[in-house]
Amino acid sequence: MTGKARLLRMILGRLVLGLLTLWLISVLIFLAVSLLPGDIAQQILGQSATPETVAALRRELGLDQPLLQRYLDWMGTLLAGDFGNSLSNGRPVADLLAARMGKTLFLAAYAAAIAVPLALFLGILSAYRRGSLFDRAVTGLTLTMISFPEFFIAYVLMLFLAVRLPFFPTIADYGSDAGLIEMLHRTFLPAMALVLVVTAHMMRMTRAAIINLMAQPYIGMARLKGIGPLRVILVHALPNALAPIINVVAVNIAWLVSGVVIVEVVFVYPGLGQLMVDSVSNRDIPVVQACCLIFAAVYILLNLLADVLAIATNPRLMHRAG
Amino acid sequence: MRFWHPMPWTARFGAVVIGLYALLAIFAPWIAPYGEAEILGGAFELWGGDHLLGTDNLGRDLLSRLIWGARNTIGIALATTLLSFALGAILGMAAAANTGLIDQVLSRLVDVLMAVPSLLLTLLALSVFGPGVLNLILIIALLDSTRVYRLARATTMNVIVLDYVEAARLRGEGMVSILWREVLPNISAPLIAEFGLRFCFVFLTISALSFLGLGLPPPTADWGAMVKENAALITFGDITPLLPALAIALLTVAVNFVVDHLLHLASGLKE
Repeated sequence: MTGKARLLRMILGRLVLGLLTLWLISVLIFLAVSLLPGDIAQQILGQSATPETVAALRRELGLDQPLLQRYLDWMGTLLAGDFGNSLSNGRPVADLLAARMGKTLFLAAYAAAIAVPLALFLGILSAYRRGSLFDRAVTGLTLTMISFPEFFIAYVLMLFLAVRLPFFPTIADYGSDAGLIEMLHRTFLPAMALVLVVTAHMMRMTRAAIINLMAQPYIGMARLKGIGPLRVILVHALPNALAPIINVVAVNIAWLVSGVVIVEVVFVYPGLGQLMVDSVSNRDIPVVQACCLIFAAVYILLNLLADVLAIATNPRLMHRAG
Repeated sequence: MRFWHPMPWTARFGAVVIGLYALLAIFAPWIAPYGEAEILGGAFELWGGDHLLGTDNLGRDLLSRLIWGARNTIGIALATTLLSFALGAILGMAAAANTGLIDQVLSRLVDVLMAVPSLLLTLLALSVFGPGVLNLILIIALLDSTRVYRLARATTMNVIVLDYVEAARLRGEGMVSILWREVLPNISAPLIAEFGLRFCFVFLTISALSFLGLGLPPPTADWGAMVKENAALITFGDITPLLPALAIALLTVAVNFVVDHLLHLASGLKE
C-alpha cells in the first residue's frame, strides 16, 4: 500500500470512530431520562400532582411510547432541527438555542483566538529555555492559575478592571445592534477569564509535549552533528511536534466548554451556558439535553478535526510505504 | 524521612496548608465564633466589631460560615474522591486481570463517558436526578472514576505480567489476593499522586456547581455558594465575596504543590 492510501485509510477510520462516538453520546443523552428509577414526569411535577397532569406530561415527553420508538422519533425530529419544546415556557427549544448560540460561539472563538497562539508560544519558549527563570516563572504561574476556580478569576478581573478601574462593563451582553469593536470591548473580561484558564492548561501540556520530543535520540543526534539550536527546533523537532501540539489544543477545548458555562453566569452573558444552567435548576430536561448535545457535538467534531489534522501532518506516515 | 527531607519549599508550604485546612474542618464547631446558619444582624455589615469579616447577604457571620464551609466543602469533595477511587481502582484492576468481555464493555463505556467534558454530563445528570448532596456525590464520583479506571487498568497491566506475579500465581494465590498483595502495592505511587489531582478536580467541580446554585442546599455554608450569595458586593469594589474563592484556590494550590512533589518522587528522582 502506498503512503497516501494508508493515510486516507487512517483518516477514514478516525472519521468513522468520531461519528460513532457522537452517536453513542446522543444515545447516552437520550437514555439519561429513562435511567431514572420511577417516572420522570412524576419527579418533575412532584408528589402533589394529579394523575391527569402526570399522564399529560408523560404524553408531552413521549414516555407512553416504547423506548426504541422514542429514540427514533427523537433522533428524527432532531435531525430535522426540531429539539422539542421547553417544559418551563413551552417555547420551541430550537428558538431558545438559536438566540444564544451565536453569543457563546463568539465568546469562545474570541478566547480561543488569543489563548491558542499565546499558549503555544509560551509552551514552546519555556520548553526551549527549560529550567531558566522564565520557565520557572511561567510554570509556577500556570500551576497557580489551574488551581483557581474559574469564577474566582472572573470576579478578580471584574473587581479590578470593571469596578475599581472602570475600563470594561461588569455585564458583558452587547445587545443586538453593537458593532464589532463594541462587542469585543464588552466581552473582553469574560474572554480574558477564559483565556487565562485555557492558556494555563494548554501551555503546560505543550511544554510537556515539546520536552518529551526534545529527549528523543534523533534530536540529540542532530545536536551532535553541530546543527544550530534554531534549526534543530524548526527543521527537526517541529514537524514531529505538530501532531502532539494539535492534540493538546483539541484536548484543552474541554476547558473552554466548561469555562464558558461559569463565565457566562458571572458576567450575566445570555449564551448557551447560562441557558443550560437555568434549565438544570428548572429541571427543563429537553433544553438541557439539547444544550448538552450541542456542546458535545462541537467538542467531538473539533477533536475529530484535530485527529485528522494530526494524522495528515505526521511526516512519518507520509514516507513509510506498506 | 524520604518524604519530608528533600522537599522543596512549595511542597512544604502545601503540606502545612493542607494540615491547617484539615484542623479547621475537623474542629469547625469549636473554632467558629457563631453557628453556620445563625442570622445575627443586618445584611452586608462591614468588617470589624462583632463580626471580624462582616456579615453576608442574610446577616450571617461570614468568618463562621467560612470555617463551617471548610467542613462541608472539603468533606463532600473528599467523600466523592474516595468513592470515585474505590470504584475506579477496583473496576480498573479487575478489567486488567480479566481481559475479556468485562474489560471490553467497561473500557468502551469509559471511552464514551470521557469523550465529552464531564461538566456536561454532570449537568445533564443533575437535571434528571435533581439536586441534593447524595446525588451530587454519586454523579461526580461515577463520572470521575473513569479517569481512575484508566490509570488503574494501565498500571495493573504493566505489573501483572511481571515474574513475581507469575510466581504468586504458581504458588496458588487467588486473583483477589494477587491484586491486593502483589499488584496494589506496586501501583500505589501513581494512584496516590492521582488521588491528589482527582481531589482538586472534584473539589473545583463541586465548588463550581455550588456557585451555579446546583450544589449543596441552603443554608449549608459552602464556599462556592458563598461567592454567589455575596457577589453583589463586588460591584461596589468590596473583596469580601472573593474570600471563599480564595479559600478554594489556596487549598487547590497546596494540593497541587504536594502532588507535584509526589509525582517527582514517583518518577524516580530524575533531574
